[in-house]
Amino acid sequence: MAGIQYTLNRLVLMIPTFLLVMIIIFLLVRLLPGDPAIAIAGDKASDADIAAIREKLGLNAPLWTQFWFFLTNTLQGDLGRSILLRAPVLDVILARLPTTIFLAVYAVSLSILIAGPLAFLAAVNRGKWQDNLIRAVFQVGLSMPVFYIGLILLTFLAAQLRLFPVGGYGETFLDRMYHLFLPAVTVALYTSAILMRNLRAAIIEVLDAEYVQFARAKGLPSRLILGRHVLKNALISTVTLLGLSIGQLMSGTLVTETVFAVPGVGRLMLEAIFARDYPLIQGLTLTFAVLVSSVFLMTDLFQSWLDPRMRLS
Amino acid sequence: MSELSLSQDVAPVQKPSRIKMALRKPGFMVGATIIAISSVLALFPGVFAPYDPNFIDYTAVRQPPSWLHPFGTDLLGRDSFSRVIWAYSVNMQMAVLATIFALLIGVVIGALVGYYRGIADMIFGRVVDAIITFPFLVLVIAVVAVLGPGLVNMYIAITLVGWVYYARLMRAEVISQMGNDYASAGIVMGYSDLRIIFRHLLPNAITPIVVYWMTDMALAILLGSSLGYLGLGAQPPQAEWGVLIAEGRNFITTAWWLSLMPGIAIVLTGLGFSLIGDGIADLLRPRG
Repeated sequence: MAGIQYTLNRLVLMIPTFLLVMIIIFLLVRLLPGDPAIAIAGDKASDADIAAIREKLGLNAPLWTQFWFFLTNTLQGDLGRSILLRAPVLDVILARLPTTIFLAVYAVSLSILIAGPLAFLAAVNRGKWQDNLIRAVFQVGLSMPVFYIGLILLTFLAAQLRLFPVGGYGETFLDRMYHLFLPAVTVALYTSAILMRNLRAAIIEVLDAEYVQFARAKGLPSRLILGRHVLKNALISTVTLLGLSIGQLMSGTLVTETVFAVPGVGRLMLEAIFARDYPLIQGLTLTFAVLVSSVFLMTDLFQSWLDPRMRLS
Repeated sequence: MSELSLSQDVAPVQKPSRIKMALRKPGFMVGATIIAISSVLALFPGVFAPYDPNFIDYTAVRQPPSWLHPFGTDLLGRDSFSRVIWAYSVNMQMAVLATIFALLIGVVIGALVGYYRGIADMIFGRVVDAIITFPFLVLVIAVVAVLGPGLVNMYIAITLVGWVYYARLMRAEVISQMGNDYASAGIVMGYSDLRIIFRHLLPNAITPIVVYWMTDMALAILLGSSLGYLGLGAQPPQAEWGVLIAEGRNFITTAWWLSLMPGIAIVLTGLGFSLIGDGIADLLRPRG
């Protein structure tokens, strides 16, 4: 019961946040100097086109009415038409979204594989050379821009050694895994640096916790302690940390898609920006916000399911 | 000064030992050295760069590194070493200008909502929730898209989004400082709110902000060069690390030095700021 109550409360809290998100996206295009209708219609639009857009967006109406139009249209799935691709914004985004989600999930899986064991190794050997080496390498990794990591991998593994394709997306599932391997590694190297840092601290905290000390005092074999107590709790921290770094994951995906020419929503965002396709920019910004808040919500619910104390606060 | 004497009585005992401790931390020292050298290069690029960064020489196009051109030359025969050095002034400026206004706005707003709470604090909470719902980069490039590409618009965009992180930190810190006796004493003494906030609470609450600022400067260099690479930040022919990497990207198999060298400059500078940030955070962590 408490679980359902918590979920409902959490959903209700999302309403004012969502309204503010909509206000930010709405005001974004209004920041434009001059007439947004001209900006939305593009440079080559006729006067009639501009008048039609004015009418459709209700630009002649007061700001509150305009926002109401924008809000109700969006809730009905009408995000306007893309100038660049001459199609409804929602259709364009839905066509590209699976690629980005595939890449993101792929990258998250790889970053768990990279950061998990290394964080564990560093935490168990706290203060020793293994710990220092692992931390130093990830410290450098954190200072590397994503596009630079991508460019280096692309040059050496794809262009020079020809181990991976330089571009393309693939047809079957396995083909996709192969084509998107380097982009996924690029994003994963970036997110695993964030993950590893926090995960190491989380594991150390568990290692120092009283119940682990007690298990040691009881004389339980260290393999059992690590496997049953430490690893289980570390998994909880991993999920939470990954959930919270969804924003960075999306930013990393956006840049990586551009470097590797992956046809996802990140690259679409840049195409939209250079084409000054404002309806598409608005739609994509909203898409990213919806993605991030859904992941935040899932992380929260997952946490409260694992740790019922959270529901009380 | 009388009201400050209380905190000064405690502080001087620890201060010298902390500086000595900092000097003994290798990570902090490496970071401080990198940033000191980077700052000198940023302030006096002309002294260290052997050539004019925009001097075009069609007789020396895409030459590999040599004694004459340590980092080679680019597709217009410009000296890459000089361009990387001149970029220090743009990228180091980025670290400061992309963060300082966010810091100032965030500190003031965070201190005010933390002190007064109430309805302003509630609205603030929702605004923070809304802004962190967007991936940082997505919101920044959306704002740049609307304002138009370029360095100044990039600073505006990063400030519009970035102040939230400082404000959130400052608010939490002010609220925790309010629980101390000195804050209650200030209120009892009848000091004005502004005096309590800015002369008493703020100096005590500022340390986490400074630590975060260091990390944020590293992030600003990464973000600024990413926007430069994507064509949304500094615009060519200006020498900026992201722009330089983008210029070399099509020749990366034949003229690798064009993209590799500016990247190393980014990594080194970013590392410098994060090492300083980590060092300060380590020093300020309560001992024991």
